[in-house]
Amino acid sequence: MKPVHGGLLFLAAGASPPLLAAWEVNLPIGVTAISRSVHDLHMLIFWVCVAIGVVLFGIMGWALVRHRKSKGFKPHKFHEHPGLEVLWTLIPAAILVFMAIPSAATLIEMYDRDEGDLTVRITGYQWKWRYTYLDEEIDFFSNLSTPQNQINNLTEKGDNYLLEVDRPLVIPAGKKVRFLLTANDVIHSWWVPALAVKKDAIPGFINEAWTRVDEPGIYRGQCTELCGRLHGFMPVVVEVKPEAEYQQWVAATRAEAEAAKSAAQAKDWTLAELMARGETVYQQSCSACHQAGGEGVPNVFPALKGSAVVTGPIAEHIEVVAFGKTNTAMQAFADQLGAVDLAAVITYERNAWGNDSGDRVTPAQINQALGKE
Amino acid sequence: MTTATTAEGSQAAHHGPAPGLSRWLFTTNHKDIGTLYLVFSLSLFMVGGVMALLIRAELFQPGLQLVQPEFFNQMTTMHGLIMVFGAVMPAFVGLANWQVPLMIGAPDMALPRLNNWSFWILPFAFALMISTLFMEGGAPNFGWTFYAPLSTTYAPPSVTYFIFAVHMMGISSIMGAINIIATILNMRAPGMTLMKMPLFVWNWLITAFLLIAVMPVLAGVVTMMLLDVHFGTSFFNAAGGGDPVLFQHIFWFFGHPEVYIMILPAFGIISQIIPTFARKRVFGYASMVYATAAIAVLSFIVWAHHMFTVGLPLVGELFFMFTTMLIAVPTGVKIFNWVATLFRGSMTFETPMLFALAFVVLFTIGGFSGLMLAIAPADFQYHDTYFVVAHFHYVLVPGAIFSIIAATYYWLPKWTGRMYNETMGKVHFWLSFIGVNLTFFPMHFIGLAGMPRRIPDYALQFADFNMVASLGAFLFGFSQLLLIYNIVRCVRDGRGAPARPWDGAEGLEWELPSPAPYHTHQTPPRVD
Repeated sequence: MKPVHGGLLFLAAGASPPLLAAWEVNLPIGVTAISRSVHDLHMLIFWVCVAIGVVLFGIMGWALVRHRKSKGFKPHKFHEHPGLEVLWTLIPAAILVFMAIPSAATLIEMYDRDEGDLTVRITGYQWKWRYTYLDEEIDFFSNLSTPQNQINNLTEKGDNYLLEVDRPLVIPAGKKVRFLLTANDVIHSWWVPALAVKKDAIPGFINEAWTRVDEPGIYRGQCTELCGRLHGFMPVVVEVKPEAEYQQWVAATRAEAEAAKSAAQAKDWTLAELMARGETVYQQSCSACHQAGGEGVPNVFPALKGSAVVTGPIAEHIEVVAFGKTNTAMQAFADQLGAVDLAAVITYERNAWGNDSGDRVTPAQINQALGKE
Repeated sequence: MTTATTAEGSQAAHHGPAPGLSRWLFTTNHKDIGTLYLVFSLSLFMVGGVMALLIRAELFQPGLQLVQPEFFNQMTTMHGLIMVFGAVMPAFVGLANWQVPLMIGAPDMALPRLNNWSFWILPFAFALMISTLFMEGGAPNFGWTFYAPLSTTYAPPSVTYFIFAVHMMGISSIMGAINIIATILNMRAPGMTLMKMPLFVWNWLITAFLLIAVMPVLAGVVTMMLLDVHFGTSFFNAAGGGDPVLFQHIFWFFGHPEVYIMILPAFGIISQIIPTFARKRVFGYASMVYATAAIAVLSFIVWAHHMFTVGLPLVGELFFMFTTMLIAVPTGVKIFNWVATLFRGSMTFETPMLFALAFVVLFTIGGFSGLMLAIAPADFQYHDTYFVVAHFHYVLVPGAIFSIIAATYYWLPKWTGRMYNETMGKVHFWLSFIGVNLTFFPMHFIGLAGMPRRIPDYALQFADFNMVASLGAFLFGFSQLLLIYNIVRCVRDGRGAPARPWDGAEGLEWELPSPAPYHTHQTPPRVD
């Protein structure tokens, strides 16, 4: 989760669409062919229920008003009627068959296994999403960008409160995009209501879903499978761009990543620089569990302040941060953070909160430990 | 009740209840044990209710105000577990204990000592479970459905206590179910054939078979969790060759029949109350029995409709969608039969009848949303949102809970020999009715608008209806104090009740004096 960074991140997810009407009572229609068929099914079954309800409650209401003892109504004796009983077994059964056919048709369409024009792997992490474009060499994490101050009611909440991220998933309009979903830790579920795509992201398994959005825009959703402490704070934001703009975005994103990588590696980082950067990385990636002051949560998330790993040999510290700890909530950060961020955050942990080792861990050391050089 | 029974106890020292606390600790009397279950259930209903109100208080406005996300998750988890295993299930077992022997003309339950043990396990199981709130690392925080690996690899240390608590509850439920089956099959009064049994008894018989079938499955799945957590197995861990989805299959193979365990006894209660106050025999007795049996059988082949988004193969989705829709047929039969019973009856509207009528309407609304959820493609939009929360609260609160309240008002005169205050009962009904709808109806809207369940904070467009729901929850919660007050007043100084306080009531229990003596039906009545 994002730390307290003032209003800077307000702008991060781009222009915001107008707020939904707050008293909205129905399912939104959405922006894909599938979401429209789902909406049709929803309305169809809804009206079927309404019709049954009107008849049933109508008869019941009539009886409640008319057949009262206080009005001197004498009870009738009938208590069986095979014909009637068969009738109200068969009629609902027929209605269900009538419902089952269009439902099956929509479902079959959703299960289309065609590869599509573009494949994005979506990986759920506690508590962020990672988007990997399999053919584009683009790979990034998408974190909640709502400032902590808004969550804690210290500043006014923005229009997209809890539904905004630092880097949205960007996909081209009019193309069939295939999603491959998995997770790194616990089960998450990736949902964008406007696309009618909801699929669980399960650690160790890959699920498949797809969408084709014709209308460019920004579509928001959330994780819908309880995934721990910050389950309510891992939104999904999808930005659909026209094809040309999408291509520009791909090129720009790649170039940016390259530039950042070489710039960071060429640089000789001082302790102060590493500490400053490390604090940012720590707040973003570590503080949700280990807490802002490194004090952890007793018996759940270990404290880093004075911890044996953090004050012990550097190699072991790198090992834990880079590769995680099996069977615990400690994730492997080697893929999530580059060498520079890893070096910075490890340096920060070794020097913050009175750990004061004076150690400076460099990106080169990290690369060496990860066997990248 | 206390005054009535002690007076009687002094007259028949050898056959009355033991004095003091030992009466309750060592009792093998079905009425005492029934009372213990009901009081226990009411207490945990209040505990679970306080947790619900904490949840609703946090959700009153967007932003984090009262509690941190970690504690919020513990509240949703404990609220669910306590309400399902501590409030609803023990209440039904308590009602079965009191009513089954009275209604079938048996002197007691078939296995009285087992009965004592079934009950006395429960306070220990829940002490163990609730004690986790005070442990380091906190109580279970993975939802009442405790999906792995959140409940195994990523769970707080208290998960072990949770597992043992679930084992104990399971043992209690299985023993209770065995007892009910043994009683119903062996101890019916001469002449009471199966198809002459009251519908409450029929529904409980079928429920007891469901319990025996699925509680061991629950025990199995929590044991697998225990092995994963402490003994290095990988049932639910893909890294070791396991599968997290396996957990969900096993859990819901228990979980779906469990849903019917919480509603079939309610159907039985409603089928007793409606004919009484409509002064007309229940419509379609035989089809009521067959419908209950059909629901029970179907409940074993629909479990994966809770898992439409886990990536089942297409054929699996279709199968579970169709079987789930099928359940609407026997359920519909029951609802139509109740309405046909009302039709051309001669109705009066005492408190039990009001709750029963509200049950029929509001349970049906819960059934409608259930039908919507069965449509797999639409379920992708509803799944794990507040629409689901609205759905299962409609079937559980104005469903199961209303039926339990209705049963309490209905049989209280028989249990205590005294009448409750009718006006207060009606006020309690109307406040509960308004409260429950204010709480849960808006949840349909916020679910459709896109609010996921189990989140402590939400986007701004959900704010208005959340506020309404929270207000409704407080109204509903505090109205229940009227129920407690009414029961206490009734027990202490209600006016005397006749043997048959409801003029339309039929059945063996109404042939007995009120209060029902400590020992009843020692000579079996004859049923023609």
